[in-house]
Amino acid sequence: MSVNANPQLAMEAERYELRAPARYWFALDRRDFFKFLGSGAVVFCVLKDARGFQESGAAQRGGEGLPTAISAWLHVGENDVVTVYTGKVEVGQNIRTSLSQAVAEELGVPVGKIQMVMGDTKLTPFDMGTFGSRTTPTMNLQLRRVASAARDLLVDLAAKQWNTDRKKLVASDGKVTDPSGQRAIEYAQLVKGHQLTQQIPAEDPLIPATDWTIQGKPVPKIDARDFVTGKHRYPYDQKLPDMLYGKVLRPAAYGATLISADTRAAEQMPGVVVVRDGNFVGVAAPTPELASRALSAIHAQWKTEPQTSNRELFDYLKKNEVEDSDPTGAPASYETGSVEKALASAEQKSQQTYMVNYIAHAPLEPRSATAQWSRDEVTVWTGTQRPFGVQRELAEAFRIAPEHVRVLMPDTGSAYGGKHTGETAIEAARLARAAKRPVKVNWTREEEFAWAYFRPAGVIDIAAALDKNGAISAWDFHNYNSGAAAMRTFYEIPNQRIVFHVTRSPLRQGSYRGLAATANHFARESFMDELAHQAKMDPLEFRLKHLKNERLRAVFEAAAAKFGWSTAKNGGGRGFGIAGGFEKGGNVATCAEVAVDRQSGDVNVVRVVTAFECGAIVNPDNLRNQIEGANIMGLGGALFEAVEFANGKILNGRFSEYRLPRFSDVPDIDTVMLDRKDLPSAGAGETPLVGLAPAVGNAIFAATGVRLRTLPMVPSGLKAS
Amino acid sequence: MPKLTQLNVNGKTYSADVDGETSLLTVLRDHFDLTGSKYGCGEGQCGACTVLVDGMPRRSCITPVAAVAQKKIVTIEGLAQGEQLHPLQQAFVDEGAMQCAYCTPGMIMSAAGLLRSKPSPSIDEISQFMEGNICRCGTHPRIIAAIQRASRTIKESRS
Repeated sequence: MSVNANPQLAMEAERYELRAPARYWFALDRRDFFKFLGSGAVVFCVLKDARGFQESGAAQRGGEGLPTAISAWLHVGENDVVTVYTGKVEVGQNIRTSLSQAVAEELGVPVGKIQMVMGDTKLTPFDMGTFGSRTTPTMNLQLRRVASAARDLLVDLAAKQWNTDRKKLVASDGKVTDPSGQRAIEYAQLVKGHQLTQQIPAEDPLIPATDWTIQGKPVPKIDARDFVTGKHRYPYDQKLPDMLYGKVLRPAAYGATLISADTRAAEQMPGVVVVRDGNFVGVAAPTPELASRALSAIHAQWKTEPQTSNRELFDYLKKNEVEDSDPTGAPASYETGSVEKALASAEQKSQQTYMVNYIAHAPLEPRSATAQWSRDEVTVWTGTQRPFGVQRELAEAFRIAPEHVRVLMPDTGSAYGGKHTGETAIEAARLARAAKRPVKVNWTREEEFAWAYFRPAGVIDIAAALDKNGAISAWDFHNYNSGAAAMRTFYEIPNQRIVFHVTRSPLRQGSYRGLAATANHFARESFMDELAHQAKMDPLEFRLKHLKNERLRAVFEAAAAKFGWSTAKNGGGRGFGIAGGFEKGGNVATCAEVAVDRQSGDVNVVRVVTAFECGAIVNPDNLRNQIEGANIMGLGGALFEAVEFANGKILNGRFSEYRLPRFSDVPDIDTVMLDRKDLPSAGAGETPLVGLAPAVGNAIFAATGVRLRTLPMVPSGLKAS
Repeated sequence: MPKLTQLNVNGKTYSADVDGETSLLTVLRDHFDLTGSKYGCGEGQCGACTVLVDGMPRRSCITPVAAVAQKKIVTIEGLAQGEQLHPLQQAFVDEGAMQCAYCTPGMIMSAAGLLRSKPSPSIDEISQFMEGNICRCGTHPRIIAAIQRASRTIKESRS
């Protein structure tokens, strides 16, 4: 099979949060339809049909359709500013910068002249959302085509003005130049007084990566100055005139039903607005202190039910398979050859079970939304990876047309797949409607832990057979609940059965950076290590023996060379591990060195080398930043992060109780970036993370002989075995 | 009962009509609209809210406003000299020491406290001092490099 074919476009199974019903459903409101006015600016490029440029796999919630309206993508202004419109959003992955580079490259303007308008449902073309490492392969390409079409139009204009052949003209640095006639005209000058439109041609020759002068360069983060001076306003920092601060009454436990709520004391506080609508109880007040006081003055009774705890979690997942097949349409199983026969006739057989706990995204900025109504239209500023999804959620919750809802996404304090949903937006909008004033709802850290969603927990069973040559002849892989992303093996194995089992989940769960690629790689690459030892082969050699794919071989070899794999000697509490894989267009291999103190049980990841290849590199410094960051984030889930819960309550839902990676946990990290200028650029925000956990686990085994098969591996150190 | 509290923030005098137990972070953000200091946890565990109080880094989310009424408070908004960035701010830009940058103001204010007491810290000293600041995006190696760079800049400007 070809694992480097087009990245999977279908919605992955573990994006559970996108299929869940809304938390609140409010009483019917007046129906009124409002048509947003188009921007009065010159629309430079339009699309007849935006559909072709959107990601497939439309959200399941409410059959979200794609709009047919013409949308502006790029505008060259008379004021010498190029404005670019995209529904993608910035959460720290630095796409504001990389997309600016894409436009600058094709349009022939300096990066500094580009202004990106991102994630504003009124101004930007529809977009499914910023997830799945799709920005670089789709939006970067899309904006390059848009910019290239704009450049062609500008060149045509100049050719007409000068009455010359367009082929003689050069567009760069914000102007069209005629080298023979020694004349030049600025873009801003060319468009003066015009209202021009251009459609994107079906096939447009783009500048090849080998000729890039702006892409492929380490352009620094745009607006970095606003971030280091505190000037940038995150969603949490929004402020409107006459704004109130909102707080929402949280249920005593998941699934609790509200029996009664005595809101009289809160209602008597001057300036306080109290809202009770079904299960929703909230307050709004002129200061956050008063809002908190009002909320604690509400006496509520909830009916709760006993629920599963993290102690029974894995048993629960195995026993609660849902018979319905995966509702997403994404392939949930794969089979080739006959696993049964191969296992029956095998020389050596082995099987193991791997487990991953729920973990929290813990974005440093918790959820926040500020809502403002004007008649029957609502505008919400919120930190979400899916502004158009949140627009739809708001429209559903208030039973108004989506055109009456505008969602804006200020650059946000990270998300990691955890901000796909619009609960805070709905809360703020509900309170604002009652208060008849703008309301901001900022979730606390405890609310973010308890009322967002988690990365799915999961159980993975693998059985395999080795033939007499030490080659894997059968591979039987079953993932319960954690997800299907990167579930298929990229190793050459004649008989395979790979199945994703949908189960019930005790906690609300959903997308997380890398999705189940982390769990599936952990299980696969740990088990490959176990098989290598069984076959008495070096773990790298064993992998390469089963690997044909040249891109994957290249990253394994590059990581091993940089790390010094061939000369690394385990012993004296030191161990070395390797793991790697492929997902979302990126190829990764990670080597780890650990130091284990058997007396104290301390496990220290000393050194990590990651080789990564995702086609032509758009911004090498940003790529390195993503690889380093993914490894550090990955350390948490690998070593100590786990959500503890019982009876519908989170038991460690704050930073003093939920351990995140900190400075002292950070190893030396070396990256090797393979730049394939001959291949399209893929995303890199997720896949660099997936090699870390198995590499560390394999290194711990190499150091100690102890095989750890549950993530996190050492939440309280390595126990004596 | 709320009472008028006067604060000296970034060299200016501000008044807030708040209870003395109100956190400095709330007063800065919601009463003075100085939103550069961030909320991350509300329990002094993440450092996103760090400000300097008489030159010492303090977690403003767990600092009652009454405790700092007579003191000089510097927030991220007050660190640059006009258009001239503080060497730490410039170093964070130059090292690309951020992704979402939500932790950045707190990182810079903590590091400002560190460099004040220890102008040339080693990597281990930086790591130890900054342990209470969380960067969820994982830019720690770059933050360490930025602090080292700023340390060099400050030293050079003084020699």
